[in-house]
Amino acid sequence: MKIAVCIKRVPDMDVRFKIAASGTAVDEAGLKYDMSDFDGYAAEAALQVNEKGGGGEVTALCLGPDAVQETLRKALSMGIDKAVHLKCDAVPFDGWAIAQALAAQLGGGGYDLILFGRMSIDSSNQSVGPMVAELLGLPCVTAASRLDVSGGTGKAQRELEGASETVEFPLPAVVSIDEGVARPRYPSLKGIMAAKKKPLEVKPAQLGAVTVTVTTMELPPERNAGRIIGEGPDMVPELVRLLQTEAKVL
Amino acid sequence: MTTVPSPRDLDFLLYEVLDTAALAARPRHGEYSREAFDAVIDTARQLAADHLAPHQKANDEHEPHVVDGKVVTIPEVARAFRAVADAGFIAATHDAELGGMQLPHTIATAALLHLDAANVATASYALLTTGAANLIAAHGSDDQKARFLAPMLAGRFTGTMALSEPDAGSSLADLRTRATPMDDGTFRITGTKMWISGGENEIAENIVHLVLARIDGAPPGVRGISLFVVPKRLVDDRGAVGATNGVVLGGLIHKMGWRGTTSTVLNFGEQGPCTGYLVGRAHHGLACMFHMMNEARIGVGRAGAAMGYAAYRYSLEYARTRRQGRLPGEKDPTRPQVPIIEHPDVRRMLLQQKSVVEAAVHLTMLCARLVDDLETAADESVRREAGLLLEVLTPVAKSWPGEACQEAISNAMQILGGYGFAREYPIEQLYRDNRLNPIHEGTNGIQALDLLGRKVRQDDGAALTLLLARMGATVAAAREAVGGGTAGTSTNGGGTSLGAAHTLGTLADALEAAVARLAATTGALGEASATLPPARALANASVYLELASRTIVAWLWLQQATVAARALVAGTTGDDAEFYRGKLQAARYWFGWELPRTEAQAALLTRLDSTVYEMQVAWF
Ligand SMILES: Cc1cc2nc3c(=O)[nH]c(=O)nc-3n(C[C@H](O)[C@H](O)[C@H](O)COP(=O)(O)OP(=O)(O)OC[C@H]3O[C@@H](n4cnc5c(N)ncnc54)[C@H](O)[C@@H]3O)c2cc1C
Repeated sequence: MKIAVCIKRVPDMDVRFKIAASGTAVDEAGLKYDMSDFDGYAAEAALQVNEKGGGGEVTALCLGPDAVQETLRKALSMGIDKAVHLKCDAVPFDGWAIAQALAAQLGGGGYDLILFGRMSIDSSNQSVGPMVAELLGLPCVTAASRLDVSGGTGKAQRELEGASETVEFPLPAVVSIDEGVARPRYPSLKGIMAAKKKPLEVKPAQLGAVTVTVTTMELPPERNAGRIIGEGPDMVPELVRLLQTEAKVL
Repeated sequence: MTTVPSPRDLDFLLYEVLDTAALAARPRHGEYSREAFDAVIDTARQLAADHLAPHQKANDEHEPHVVDGKVVTIPEVARAFRAVADAGFIAATHDAELGGMQLPHTIATAALLHLDAANVATASYALLTTGAANLIAAHGSDDQKARFLAPMLAGRFTGTMALSEPDAGSSLADLRTRATPMDDGTFRITGTKMWISGGENEIAENIVHLVLARIDGAPPGVRGISLFVVPKRLVDDRGAVGATNGVVLGGLIHKMGWRGTTSTVLNFGEQGPCTGYLVGRAHHGLACMFHMMNEARIGVGRAGAAMGYAAYRYSLEYARTRRQGRLPGEKDPTRPQVPIIEHPDVRRMLLQQKSVVEAAVHLTMLCARLVDDLETAADESVRREAGLLLEVLTPVAKSWPGEACQEAISNAMQILGGYGFAREYPIEQLYRDNRLNPIHEGTNGIQALDLLGRKVRQDDGAALTLLLARMGATVAAAREAVGGGTAGTSTNGGGTSLGAAHTLGTLADALEAAVARLAATTGALGEASATLPPARALANASVYLELASRTIVAWLWLQQATVAARALVAGTTGDDAEFYRGKLQAARYWFGWELPRTEAQAALLTRLDSTVYEMQVAWF
């Protein structure tokens, strides 16, 4: 079985972001980057499906500037077999442009399963996976929290509000992965060293025309510090009064 | 949760101060690159966050206890041990043919700092196993390596270091555990060991104890001590784990901190025979053990540095967000309260911590870097010098981080006010956990005797002479960085590049004076030791240890400050510039507030102050 997993390199979310001088993007100075969280789950799902199936091949794809090769190496060090870097100067905001580049690479690759994270944690569009499915004419399942494959058929579980559903689909297919599949494995020291010897192919990204662009980006206004007005039932009237007069939410 | 140590600081030490990237050029580490080093550290970071930090508190609150003769630990401990082993950290620095990864010690140390900071008690099971494995790798027979080392490196067996006894702690020369030779070349072990960390646990298949004992008829003192591998369960020729081997848990000790690691009393050969296998040559056990103890001692410093760093980062975050009071001069009570970091006294406590914990990490990393040089530098003179420097630095690297970080953690607690004292917040546990560091692996008092009585004297003081020369080179490099000569006094610190240069010049002058003070004091004590009784000459050894430690830390800060000043003079801007200014300011703090204490210490030592020595037992 051949599996592709598309991953994105995103800034570490554990920092206070600043807006760049352009006013349309975050200031990249001092940021650390890593694989987008949900893409980590997708990579894990790919590895598990492959291990259960016994002896297939998993390829990771990442689109972006040279720096994304670090993220691809991480995927390789988790155990993914080969990597493709679709090279472009910058990752456009427009998922449609990205989807076309990915579909151009994936189409005709003979993949049985193409996995994505449910969304990238920086732009949160949730769009690239379904768009690639559309471009390739493949069935698409989004936000799978479990994934099983056997005999040319896939089964995925999706979490709903207070319930879950299971869907079946024929392969080849595109699936976007939610957390809930096993936690992404660590690159072990052995994996890290093995990754250095695995193939990483670099190709120019055939991006589609960009139609959606960011015009402004703003940080949320600073919140005032919380205030404790007292304790116990006696304070309720005062709390209600403040919610009405100061916070004006009642 | 903030990451400990801070990634920026760690990168600074690794790649800007210690030139770690160069290690990837050495044949032993040829498979590595800076990217691979960083990937290893990232894995440690993730392990710490996912597998260690989450149960740090639970492992303290639900400390191991005995049920039906078995030790019960919370299940997270075994899972974390498994994860650390699977990631490859137990075997990280070992040879590839043993299943190791030939990782440089510097990178392994950088990685382990994260585990120590997140949850030292759980990490200890893996660290002890690595320590014991190192010893078998260095001195064990091929058979011992196959039978015990390989499963330890794979995380199937844990390891311990069983030296101490109820009546032999500091004075290992007086240990009483016995080894009786058997016809088949093995030994029967009998005796009681105490305090043995990880001595009983159910987190792996087997436990490999490395036991110091006296072979029947051995000479008294340290020259009659031998080292044995004593498994909890016997292991047959094919590696299968079989019957128990007469090592019985006498009980668990209930501690102030570091509670998640079992501390055990072990009885050997009391209920059924206990077989031990001699490691290395008979009567040379202590020498073998010291091989492991030097690494273990640097490891103690690393743990202290990590815990101090964790408390620092927590209190820093807290000080930025906790609002309390207004600055002096603000009369308007309707004005919002300020974050407490605005109060100079809080910044004092943060700066004290910063100057201690970042230097403690540096000291630990430097020692690891020297271990790398000792083992893999191409040039024989580099290897020899690394060995010499480690001789003098090890007692300091063992003792200073734990000691100084105790004060630092106390300041972290102070910054949290009442919350710092509450068990709902993490500082009090770090305070309790770190308090072990001055005690185990040779108390700090013993380290002081080792430094003054042995390390600075041996080979005509060659090690100290070399260290002082290195300090002199740092002074010269600092002066060169600011354009030669001494730069007058500074008033505005590192705020501008001109200020950076001034600060550096002043610090270089101060280190030069401190180095002269350390040299003169050592000389005076050396002369005195020729005429005075040894107990008198060594009576103030702990003060000497502190003098040496504070001077060494000043040396480290001057190295960091030089890198920072160079970067600022070269026009670095943005967050990086703030980072470098912070380094300069911490260096200024150390030199201005902490180093001057060595003046009083040098005076006390040089006049051979006899107050303590002459104090009579009956006068207490
Ligand atoms: C939590 C914990 C874990 C430990 N883990 C292990 C382990 O895994 N394996 C192991 O073998 N041991 C272990 N130890 C033992 C530890 O190494 C000893 O406690 C330590 O060496 C001190 O020995 P002691 O407790 O017998 O104190 P003592 O040796 O009785 O010392 C008491 C005091 O006297 C001072 N003193 C003693 N002799 C001298 C001297 N000659 N000159 C000046 N001062 C002196 C000491 O500095 C100390 O202040 C552990 C201890 C603890 C508390």
